[in-house]
Amino acid sequence: MPDQLDCICYTKGPGMGAPLLSVAIVARVLCQLWKLPLVGVNHCVGHIEMGRVVCNSKDPIILYVSGGNTQVIAYSMSRYRIFGETIDIAVGNMLDRFARVVGLSNDPSPGYNIEQLAKKGNKFVHLPYIVKGMDVSFSGLLSFIEKQKDVLKDTHTAADLCFSLQETVFSMLVEITERAMAHCNINEVLIVGGVGCNERLQEMMKIMVEERGGKLHHMDERYCIDNGCMIAYAGLLQFMNGFTTPVSESTVTQRFRTDEVLVNWRE
Amino acid sequence: MNEGTKEELISQGAEGRVYRTQFQSKDAIVKERFSKKYRHPELDAKITRSRLNSEGRNIEKCRQLGLDSPAVFLVDKHNSRLYMEYIEGCTVKEHLRLVDTNSAEALDLALRIGKAIATLHDGNIIHGDLTTSNIMLRERDVQKIVMIDFGLSYISTSLEDRAVDLYVMERAFLSTHPNSEELFSSLLTGYVQQSKNGKGVSDRLNQVRARGRKKSMLG
Repeated sequence: MPDQLDCICYTKGPGMGAPLLSVAIVARVLCQLWKLPLVGVNHCVGHIEMGRVVCNSKDPIILYVSGGNTQVIAYSMSRYRIFGETIDIAVGNMLDRFARVVGLSNDPSPGYNIEQLAKKGNKFVHLPYIVKGMDVSFSGLLSFIEKQKDVLKDTHTAADLCFSLQETVFSMLVEITERAMAHCNINEVLIVGGVGCNERLQEMMKIMVEERGGKLHHMDERYCIDNGCMIAYAGLLQFMNGFTTPVSESTVTQRFRTDEVLVNWRE
Repeated sequence: MNEGTKEELISQGAEGRVYRTQFQSKDAIVKERFSKKYRHPELDAKITRSRLNSEGRNIEKCRQLGLDSPAVFLVDKHNSRLYMEYIEGCTVKEHLRLVDTNSAEALDLALRIGKAIATLHDGNIIHGDLTTSNIMLRERDVQKIVMIDFGLSYISTSLEDRAVDLYVMERAFLSTHPNSEELFSSLLTGYVQQSKNGKGVSDRLNQVRARGRKKSMLG
C-alpha cells in the first residue's frame, strides 16, 4: 500500500487546535515510517481546488461559507485573494447560534434544521441587513434576534423567523458575490463549505448568476462539506509543483489565511 | 421622458445596470436598479428604495463638500432610475494597472485619494463601498479625482463607521492591487493629514483590523 503513495498531505490550518495537532502527529509518523515527503495544506485552498476539479470550473468567484468561514475569493497573481469576508462572525456560526435561540435541535445539524423549518415559514420580518462593500457583518443580526425574540414570538412563528433569517442572510451573501463578480469581471460562481449545502442559498445564487448570463457550479454535497479528499488533492497540486513541508517545519496553525498560500499551479 | 433616446449598456454592477444615454441633450448615464429576483420582494423593495434615495442625496452632499462627483440630473423613483452626468475618464483601478504602483506619482495619487475620503467623512458621509473601481479620474487626469457609486452610502458621525469604511477599502485595495501596501499606507497618511479626527479614526481602524478573522497573531 505505501508503495502506491507519493506523499502524505495533512491540514496545516485553519481550524481547531486539538484536531489539527492530532492529525499532524499521525502525518509525521506515517511520512517517516514510509519515507515519504510531507505536504502541509491550507483547509480553504483544499475546498477551492476540490470545487474546481469536481465542477470543472476554470476561474470562478468562490463563495466559501461554513461554520468558521465566510469569504468571497478570486484568483489573482498566484494567490487566492479574499475580496470580501465577514468582519465579525462567520455565517455558519451565526446560524448555529440562531438555532439555539429559537430552540432547534443539533441533530443532524442546526443549519439543516433551519433550512427545513424555513420551508414552512412565509411571514417576512425585516432583520438587520449589513453589507459593507464586499464585506458583510452578522453579529448585529444575531444580537437583534437574541434581544427581540420574545417580542417577535408574539407575531411570528419559529418557522417565520427561520424563513426571514435565510432570506436576509443569503441575500447578503449573494449580493457580495455579485459585487465581486462585477469588480473582478468574472462570470462563474462556485459555492463551497458546509453552508453551501443549503438549497435555498444555491437557488438564490443561481437566479443571480443567470440574470448576469453566468454559470453557477453545482457542488456535490459530499465534497461541499469537509472531506479528506480535498486535502489530498490540493496537497498533490502543491507536491507536483515542487512544494513539500520538512518534518521540522510541520507545524499547525489555527489562523492560516487563504491568501498566504502560493498558488503556483495556476496560470 | 427620454423615450426614443438610445441607451447603451455599459456595465452591470451588483446594484443595477448602467446605460449611456442623453439627458436633455447632455451626455448622461442612467443607473437602473431592477428588482432582484433572488431577493424576497419586501426586502428587495426596501433595499432598492433606500439605496436609490441615499445615492441621489449623498452624491449631492459630496459635491457640496467641494469634492467632484457626477452631477445628478434626475432621480426617477417610480422607475428606480438615477440620471447622472457621463464622466469621460477611467477608474483608478484601470489607471493603477497601467502605471508603476510604487512611483512617486502613484503614491501622490493615493495621498490625495486619502484626503478626499477624509473630506467626505468630515462631512459625515460614509461611502460604504470604497474600492478603486468606485473612484474615477476625470479625463484620465490624476489631479481630477471623482467619487462615484454612492448606493451603499449613509450619514454617520461615529468613528467606528469611518474606520470600517477605510477597512473595507484597505481589503478591496490590497486584493485588487497585490503588493501595493505602500500605496495604501500613503492613502492613510493623506487621510490622517486631512481628517478632523485622523488619530481617532486610525486608532479605531487598528481595532477593526484586529477583529478580522484568522489574522496572523504575529506582530
